[in-house]
Amino acid sequence: MDTKLDAKIPAGALAEKWTNYKDRQKLVNPANKRRLDIIVIGTGLAGASAAASLGELGFNVLNFCIQDSPRRAHSIAAQGGINAAKNYQNDGDSVYRLFYDTIKGGDYRAREANVYRLAEVSVNIIDQCVAQGVPFAREYGGLLDNRSFGGAQVSRTFYAKGQTGQQLLLGAYSALSRQISKGTVKMYNRHEMLDIVLIKDENGTPRARGIIARNLVTGEIERFAAHAVVIATGGYGNAYFLSTNAMNSNGSAAVQIYKKGALFANPAYAQIHPTCIPVHGEFQSKLTLMSESLRNDGRIWVPKKKEDAEAIRAGKLTPAGIKEENRDYYLERRYPAFGNLVPRDVASRAAKERCDAGFGVSPSGLAVYLDFSEAINRLGEKTVEARYGNLFQMYEKITDQNPYKTPMMIYPAIHYTMGGIWVDYELMTTIPGCFAIGEANFSDHGANRLGASALMQGLADGYFVLPYTIQNYLSDQIRVPRFSTDLPEFAETEKAIKEKINELMNVKGKRSVDSIHKELGHIMWEYVGMGRTKQSLETALEKLKAIKKEFWSNVFIPGEAAALNIELEKALRVADFIEIGRLMALDGLNRNESCGGHFREEYQTPEGEALRDDDNYSYASCWEYKGEDADPELVREDLTYEFTHRAQRNYKS
Amino acid sequence: MEKIINITLKIWRQKGPKAKGNFETFKLDGISGDTSFLEMLDILNEKLVNEGKEPVAFDNDCREGICGMCSLYINGHPHGPDNLITTCQLHMRHFNDGDTVTVEPWRSAAFPVIRDLMVDRYAFDKIIQAGGYVSVNTGGVPDANAIPISKKIADEAMDAASCIGCGACVAACKNGSAMLFVSAKVSQLALLPQGKIEAKERAEAMVAKMDELGFGNCTNTRACEQECPKGVSISNIARLNREFLKAKLAN
Repeated sequence: MDTKLDAKIPAGALAEKWTNYKDRQKLVNPANKRRLDIIVIGTGLAGASAAASLGELGFNVLNFCIQDSPRRAHSIAAQGGINAAKNYQNDGDSVYRLFYDTIKGGDYRAREANVYRLAEVSVNIIDQCVAQGVPFAREYGGLLDNRSFGGAQVSRTFYAKGQTGQQLLLGAYSALSRQISKGTVKMYNRHEMLDIVLIKDENGTPRARGIIARNLVTGEIERFAAHAVVIATGGYGNAYFLSTNAMNSNGSAAVQIYKKGALFANPAYAQIHPTCIPVHGEFQSKLTLMSESLRNDGRIWVPKKKEDAEAIRAGKLTPAGIKEENRDYYLERRYPAFGNLVPRDVASRAAKERCDAGFGVSPSGLAVYLDFSEAINRLGEKTVEARYGNLFQMYEKITDQNPYKTPMMIYPAIHYTMGGIWVDYELMTTIPGCFAIGEANFSDHGANRLGASALMQGLADGYFVLPYTIQNYLSDQIRVPRFSTDLPEFAETEKAIKEKINELMNVKGKRSVDSIHKELGHIMWEYVGMGRTKQSLETALEKLKAIKKEFWSNVFIPGEAAALNIELEKALRVADFIEIGRLMALDGLNRNESCGGHFREEYQTPEGEALRDDDNYSYASCWEYKGEDADPELVREDLTYEFTHRAQRNYKS
Repeated sequence: MEKIINITLKIWRQKGPKAKGNFETFKLDGISGDTSFLEMLDILNEKLVNEGKEPVAFDNDCREGICGMCSLYINGHPHGPDNLITTCQLHMRHFNDGDTVTVEPWRSAAFPVIRDLMVDRYAFDKIIQAGGYVSVNTGGVPDANAIPISKKIADEAMDAASCIGCGACVAACKNGSAMLFVSAKVSQLALLPQGKIEAKERAEAMVAKMDELGFGNCTNTRACEQECPKGVSISNIARLNREFLKAKLAN
């Protein structure tokens, strides 16, 4: 069964693979590009950069987003920065080192060839963004500034205040807007993809040829045809209800193509970000991230003595009342070499460990301190403000506490999903003509993503990888005429969608979509969260079965399907989140090891570190849909490490 | 200690762009001060859905003040009474027990209401499409450090680039002008050497598009600057006027 998955990795030495590929790939000539249509779903860093670049090349692009403008995609919320192996700081960085840090940070569960290519094109991204007018932070001499992020010993992170994602996205959005004005890209705002349309070619192979989408303003179901479909819809972290994702971020496009034959890879790998503002109450709608960049200068601690922690929780003691020698800077203690800048999974688990042991500092006991007093003493308040001012302001607006005066309280939260749609080296899924880019695919981060690497991957895929690799596919398609949306394949897919919507509208039960989504979130956090066991995952599967039944028999959606209907939009997404939850639990249960964002409590070292099992689990676990009531089938892509030596990750020395 | 309040909401309801709208009044009890304004609306909507009614439609997405999707004219202020934040960052601790809170959509000829509190801001996309970019294709650009830019200029460009495109400036302006929005983009790109080359054409094209789409004129009332959640300065408008004048003179 393993033979099904051919990653199509080019031959040659690691550093030559991408060059070899580009030298030998097939291209499409300019006259033919105009005759080829490409649908791009999503306008985040990956989607917008891909749509713009494909438009520039001369393809006819149809780009879709669910928001009121492509500029709203959730990439905009990324704060800290973007990695690139520029070595502008002369601190020993190189393409190989960025590659190595990413492979190691991913706990040796990513594909070497993809990660090397990512590191290679990272340098082009910074050049491109600067040329677009992205106002990156600069030194007094006029050159670009850098800072450090977790899992690296060099400063390779480029940033624009605490708004790097915003500035990069606006750069991509401006390139996209330019193509829209030129007519190479047609933009569909407030449109949500509801399914992919496959049409068999003359050999009987089904190929991606279009989509069915819902106009979110009118409720109309519309058909769109193309020669290829690109999914750039981000991750599925909102399966947990509470996450740092935007309210409308969802995994539905991924589920739709999974049900049509794309494989869902490594669903269990979810990243829990260590520095988020803790949960305050039952009606909380989302969790706000405090950038990892804060760990450059902030020190994380909890009280050394349990009685101090208890007094703080009871409101009888303030952090200032705890003397230096009674503070436990547990990351600096456990990981002297990387200190507060250990990777996210390591920092999150360490926070959970301290809080579970009774040292948490908020009333709920689920928080640790992130303290800037030492940095303010060393650098002055002004410098700290220049570096993190907008983050401090955001923290104060939400919590009503001033982080210049008292330490921030933080706790881990779901942030990013490394798992996603399986793609080969060309970023194509197992459905010919259907591609997945950015967070939506599984390809580059293994079991854990390093900070400032999501922006890098999104833009690498969209600007510099897909515009090449998609041509290798489309070069065969130049004789294929445009498709009519009157074809029976479109009618059938649309009919199935309409039936699904009707079924949902007619449940007419007693529960709101949100109430079921929140219950799903509780199950996911409790049983498929930061620490998982065989038993917790089995419990999750039982509970997910029950919640699926509850959803399809007791949800209530007011209003009409053929009009603007936000409850219906949410319901369609929650139905898919339940499916994703099941995939995550199944995958977690299959993987009897701990690695990166997947921590099985049964598998840890005596010091509490993740214990991998390379002999048995050095593969990407890819799940193939086998029908609504059947379990999906596991297909493996074996991971081979030719150029790196696998070891237990060591951030101690 | 945690503040708990009871409030009365007067919310604008409107079925569609052409439908006649009206205010509807709701009472909400036991709202915690730590609840965000949009979470308060979530609570209201949950209640409405449980009563079998249609929820209030409002735009929102990131809920951390950066995507620009949320709007709302609250008690006569775009994004509510607090300064330098968006509606999603506004918390109920800014209101008192017994308050009546009036919530309306952005009101501007260029932003038609879609439903209830949701408006169509497609006009902003169109203005950017008219010239809010540097005309470079992907690839073939110089090394990022090839053009040094003074920290002062880079920081000024960053300040202008902070605009989130929410439309509060238009909603705040008695003329419904989009000058702050347009000037922020024009300034960001005119300040940087990469964008300077097309600065005049850009200013002209974006202003022409703005006029065409039905936005009003700027009469220097500064309400836009007051209400901007990102503190974008009206000095950008002065810069836009200079660029625009240069373009006109060159013609």
